[in-house]
Amino acid sequence: MTDRIEKSIAVAAPVERVWRALTDHEEFGAWFRVRLEGPFVPGEVSRGRITYPGYEHLAWEARVVAMEAPRLFAFTWHPYAVDPDKDYSSEPPTRVEFRLEPEGEGTRLTVTESGFDSIPAERRDEALRMNTGGWEAQAGNIKSHVER
Amino acid sequence: MSSAEAAAPLFAALADPTRLALLRRLADGEPRPIVALAAGSALTRQAVTKHLAVLRGAGLVARRPAGRETLYTLRPERLAEARAWLDEVAAQWDDALARLKAHVEG
Repeated sequence: MTDRIEKSIAVAAPVERVWRALTDHEEFGAWFRVRLEGPFVPGEVSRGRITYPGYEHLAWEARVVAMEAPRLFAFTWHPYAVDPDKDYSSEPPTRVEFRLEPEGEGTRLTVTESGFDSIPAERRDEALRMNTGGWEAQAGNIKSHVER
Repeated sequence: MSSAEAAAPLFAALADPTRLALLRRLADGEPRPIVALAAGSALTRQAVTKHLAVLRGAGLVARRPAGRETLYTLRPERLAEARAWLDEVAAQWDDALARLKAHVEG
């Protein structure tokens, strides 16, 4: 778990409802706080404008890579590309995945973001072992967060 | 370090097995000359120098002259920064998911 962030929450709404909140571009924009130019289309770039207070000068750009209703929605982007004058396109993007599973009458929603260092897992693990315990602590934080 | 701009070169420097191997050799905190870092590997001294330059550019190692040699040491605080940056991104997702939950359940 080095370059991977994983978050999971229980949502008290059916999978279909959560799926719509994720993949309808206006609903996505409402909670994510971005004004998107148009619907999400697999394989295409989604563009828009961040509406989060204080960050309105930022553009949103992501490439939709998977829309498998109602289980998986994924896109790639450049996280926290905060400088509007810099071209981030040459940097490797990270991949964001939303996975939905029924849980009771609600939904278990898991988001993962991966690829911060764009290297295979076995090499990442090597880097992590080197960094005495710190990354294990990070993984523990995520685990306790998830189980909270 | 609070932006992708600062984090990207760091992760890029880490994204290479040779450089990770060099960092491992420096992981105990002891300063080492290039010849010691190249020992036991198929790398030329020149190749090691090149990789060390990338690591130094990302702030992951520091160097200082010692007589006729140059000694390299690990800067573990930079690895801690990479971790802090991931923590920050993780916190942003916490916020976003809380908003999604409120949006759907509200």
